[in-house]
Amino acid sequence: MNKELKTSAPTDSEIVFGILNNSESAIKRLYVAYFPMVLQLIINNSGTPDDAKDIYQEAIIVLYNKIKKGDFELNSKLKTFLYSVCRRLWLKRLSQMNRYGGDLHDFQDHLPVEDDVEEQGERDIQFGKMQGALGMLGEPCKTIIEDFYIHNRSMQEICESFGYTNADNAKTQKYKCLQRLKKLFFQQK
Amino acid sequence: MRDEQLLEAVERYLAGEMNPDERRAFEQLRTENAEVDTRVIEHQQFVGLLKQYGERVELEKRLNAIHDEIDVHALVEEVTERPSWIIQLWRNHHSKISVAASIAIFAILATLFVTGKMDNKSTYTELSLTLQNQRRDISRLDHKLDNALKHEPRVLPPNKSSATGFALTSNGLIATAYHVIYRADSVYVQNVAGRVFKTKVIYTDAKRDVAILKISDTTFTGLGTIPYTFKRTESDLAESVYTYGYPQDSPMYNDGRVTSLNGMNGDTIDYQVSVPINAGSSGAPLLDSRGNIVGLVKAKETGLEGTHFALKSDYLLEAIDNIPTDSLTRKPVLSTKNTLTNLSRVQQVKKLQNYVFMVKVY
Repeated sequence: MNKELKTSAPTDSEIVFGILNNSESAIKRLYVAYFPMVLQLIINNSGTPDDAKDIYQEAIIVLYNKIKKGDFELNSKLKTFLYSVCRRLWLKRLSQMNRYGGDLHDFQDHLPVEDDVEEQGERDIQFGKMQGALGMLGEPCKTIIEDFYIHNRSMQEICESFGYTNADNAKTQKYKCLQRLKKLFFQQK
Repeated sequence: MRDEQLLEAVERYLAGEMNPDERRAFEQLRTENAEVDTRVIEHQQFVGLLKQYGERVELEKRLNAIHDEIDVHALVEEVTERPSWIIQLWRNHHSKISVAASIAIFAILATLFVTGKMDNKSTYTELSLTLQNQRRDISRLDHKLDNALKHEPRVLPPNKSSATGFALTSNGLIATAYHVIYRADSVYVQNVAGRVFKTKVIYTDAKRDVAILKISDTTFTGLGTIPYTFKRTESDLAESVYTYGYPQDSPMYNDGRVTSLNGMNGDTIDYQVSVPINAGSSGAPLLDSRGNIVGLVKAKETGLEGTHFALKSDYLLEAIDNIPTDSLTRKPVLSTKNTLTNLSRVQQVKKLQNYVFMVKVY
């Protein structure tokens, strides 16, 4: 029943070092190499290609963060790790939708990855809150905050692009914006 | 405004923009003032989260860009498990298949039941009621027993079993089916006017199921010229035929067609006809549209309505030829002139009624 998919996969160490060095092509090669495997898992277990995309991207992010944090051990294969995470995530999704029939049609070996998935889940909740708070913040606060804290632009640049007459005004504005963002963030349940 | 300045200090501290003196002073403040320390940690965490969020959004954008380059549709085709076509057919249509199968099974059972293939009984029923013969046997035994016990004569109750016969000659030769008169004590015929004549069985042929009676009643004066003739050649398939007989007390007309030139199980002495025939029609004449006798009604197939058998007329003629000479005063003379030919069906039947009799068996 299980048909293995043939993929010309890059070696695991190539990918790990590529990600550690922020190589764009490493992520791309990783993504392309194992997507069919996950697509196979999802669509043969009552999912759609869009479900596969969501699940797979989540798993890639888990792997990415794990590698970045430096605690990915090369003794387990990337492929197996990704498959296990996707499998875990999909089981979770299925039981949320009450569509889990108790039996998943497996195509690969898999590992227990509950901790990684849980950790990711908690961070996702925080990110969700942040996204919500930023959404409610409104302009120009959102852009100021994003420019300063996320895109690491200097106050001087921000001052110019927003046309503030002096840096102090901009700083005051940024301070007010940050206070509001914090308020919005912590207000969310 | 103190708070804003504190935040700026925290940011500068965290970004490492303070000079060594400032830094030392701020660290001093941090250890002394727990509130400041909390603010530093809090701010660090929040900004950290903000940064990570930014990175995540960025990463997702990149992943989406990569994803868009993949031909997902083709991959879906490739990885979808294709069960064998029969399983797919079953999955897609199992409800329809089940319904069809049940209907088919039902239809087969129904057909078997209707055609009588389900039970092991013979599919051949003689039209006069065979059961009556059995009853007659029993009542005869009863009668004998009664006589033996009481030594008193007893009159047999009149038997209701009736059949049909038709005249062969004007001097009272009547043809009927053998099974009608089988084991009969006495056989009577009754004409359309209700007059009953006693008859004598002068010839029987069990195999062909034909019997010939002769009216032996002294009151019988002859029938006049027989209006029909006997067809010596075989009739054609699909030829229109009709019968006239006594399945009940009053005569009954029915018509149909010759549906087969062979009878039951390919028997060549019989026709199969699609004339609706009831029990009691045994021995009735089967005529074609020109008023020729083409057969003698015998039997029907059990369970299959509309299929009946009639002895072909040439075998009837053969039977007439075989009548033993000693039971006849002279050789039977069959009518050679058909006076029905040019008449309408209604007129034919009207003429026929004087020559067709109800056969009563005791």
